[in-house]
Amino acid sequence: MDVQGRSLTPRRLPLGTRPYALLAPGTAWLLLFFVVPMVYLAKMALSQGLFPLFRFDWAWSNFTDSVSAYRTQLVRSLEYAGIATAVALAISYPLAYWIAFRGGRWKNLLLLLVIAPFFVTYLIRTLAWETILSDGGLVVSILRDIHVLGPDGRLLATSAAVIAGITYNFLPFMVLPLYVSLEQIDPRLVEAAGDLYANRVVSFARVTLPLSLPGVFAGVLLTFIPAVGDFINAQLLGTPKQYMIGNVVQSQFLSLRNYPTAAALSFVLMGAILVLVLVFARALGTDRLTAGAAP
Amino acid sequence: MPDRISRGAFLRRAAAGGSLLTVPGLLAACGGGSKSAGAGASTTESRTLPKTIVWSNWPLYIDVNEKKKTHPSLQQFEARYHVNVRYIEDVNDNDSFFGKIEGPLSQGQSIGRDVIVLTDSSGLPQRMIELGWLEKLDKSAIPNMKNLIPAQRHPNWDPNRDYSLPWQSGMTGIGYDPEKVGYEIDSVDKLLTDPKLKGKVTLLTEMSDTMGIVMLANGDDPSHVTQASWDRAVKRIRKAIDSGQIRQFTGNDYAPLLAKGDVWACFAWSGDMVQLQADHPGLKWTLPSTGGMIWTDNMLIPKGGNAYAASVLMNFYYDPKIAAEVEDYVNYICPVQGAAEVLRKSDPAVANNPLIFPSPAMLAKAHMFDGKALNNQKLKQDFQNLIGA
Repeated sequence: MDVQGRSLTPRRLPLGTRPYALLAPGTAWLLLFFVVPMVYLAKMALSQGLFPLFRFDWAWSNFTDSVSAYRTQLVRSLEYAGIATAVALAISYPLAYWIAFRGGRWKNLLLLLVIAPFFVTYLIRTLAWETILSDGGLVVSILRDIHVLGPDGRLLATSAAVIAGITYNFLPFMVLPLYVSLEQIDPRLVEAAGDLYANRVVSFARVTLPLSLPGVFAGVLLTFIPAVGDFINAQLLGTPKQYMIGNVVQSQFLSLRNYPTAAALSFVLMGAILVLVLVFARALGTDRLTAGAAP
Repeated sequence: MPDRISRGAFLRRAAAGGSLLTVPGLLAACGGGSKSAGAGASTTESRTLPKTIVWSNWPLYIDVNEKKKTHPSLQQFEARYHVNVRYIEDVNDNDSFFGKIEGPLSQGQSIGRDVIVLTDSSGLPQRMIELGWLEKLDKSAIPNMKNLIPAQRHPNWDPNRDYSLPWQSGMTGIGYDPEKVGYEIDSVDKLLTDPKLKGKVTLLTEMSDTMGIVMLANGDDPSHVTQASWDRAVKRIRKAIDSGQIRQFTGNDYAPLLAKGDVWACFAWSGDMVQLQADHPGLKWTLPSTGGMIWTDNMLIPKGGNAYAASVLMNFYYDPKIAAEVEDYVNYICPVQGAAEVLRKSDPAVANNPLIFPSPAMLAKAHMFDGKALNNQKLKQDFQNLIGA
């Protein structure tokens, strides 16, 4: 290397290929841990036979059969995840708003508090809800006293418990992206709206909300997608009547060892989520989403 | 919370169920049949012990020295035979464990284990024999096999115990809180229909347990499942689900629910209840008047494991003295003859506990589940649909 550092130039990659070189680790990762398993899964989804001898057979009937057999659980999963996401958004937006604009020097502490329960493992957190919602617990007895629940009413082992569990378990995934996008909003923009005679409601609707949409989008995806496939909440807080598609996939894989059906259901779920995400992105408007991310 | 974690670990039975024993005590020839060392000497090259034996078992299923966190019986084995035993408590659920090992085994690879322990009522030991995934026991190295209780000698899925040896057994019956229920419940019919128990009852996700007990209540024989008897049981359970009587289908998680009072009566495993009663002496367990189920966890040698070393280890644990040491800690049903006599001197409370050393009358009420039905894909699917998934 000479003093001016010129000798480095010939060793560099041609300019045009550099972006690809930078992409290589990520691409390799995706190939190895996403594409390859997907191909295996797809092959399994189109196979037939009994464990452990599955034959690849273009068995498209796996898809139609599994969807018609488990339509209830599929619809229920989308429904529960949808409700849980909506509730999480309703809880998280004011929370994130408050932390971002009113949190002051407590911001970091407040964020830490949002995440704190997640230092405990998922399973234990969900089991804790078993105690919170227990028939003899405080929540149930209060709800009984104010006649929201009948004298024999219960929370545990109901749809409400499952949805509450899902909402709780994915709440930080909603709060954090919302916080990030709200925190980035320049307060002077809101002040400017006020200077232009917009009242607080209008300036929120015309300035703050649109600018926070990327956060809403990210939060909804991060909550909804894992929620649809969740099975722990339904298993621990629900009954057979609350079982979701995740429970079906789990029992098909582990109990029945019917890998083709389980794989087919996984693909159906993936497809359903993909379609919903695209519709959602369209509805919010892609321009707005990317615009918010620009500096 | 820590209380719950330890309890969750304690109540380790995620999966268990009816057993596949044949009619007890037909022939007693099995255990003692290999007294001549020459009989099983086909694998002469592996007759020396390796440096390390690897054993996968369920958590809290062996004696523990609480202070030193060691397993005294294993230490004795290591000292006597100058080998190391890597004892791994990684079997939490038959199906999940099988899921982990089936990949390598189906490729003909070793799973790095010499002994694993799986439950007969899961149908998996039988399936592994059919698939050729198990090594035969080296019976010449297990003279103590003569101590196997007669009832366990000839299960129909492994009639001569060529591939398996019981580790512990347990029974499935009704666990309940007499204070909440208000009476002593040993009737499956009451459990499924008494309006007082509506929403306070759980059944088990293990097919052989739940279907077996309900079949018995229907007057059917669970060791010989027919389409008609199966449908009758499904119909009866479906009715109880639809009426809201049944709150959930559970693995071992019924235990904390029962302790907290969310569940008043349920299908439950005997060993769990022995543990649970230590903290909650009010809780009771009984075999239903119409009969309950019995299941057995079996030591198996997966392909690639060292059959001779595994057999030496099994032989050691079939010494009544060693079996008694294990039993004093474990609280499930002991398959080794003579262990009760040893314990009668050292710990009579355990020796006299009918859930650990059940009486013949009790055993007569504990039934086996049909081995063929266990691996019948259609019935399994049917049951999964019934319990909701």
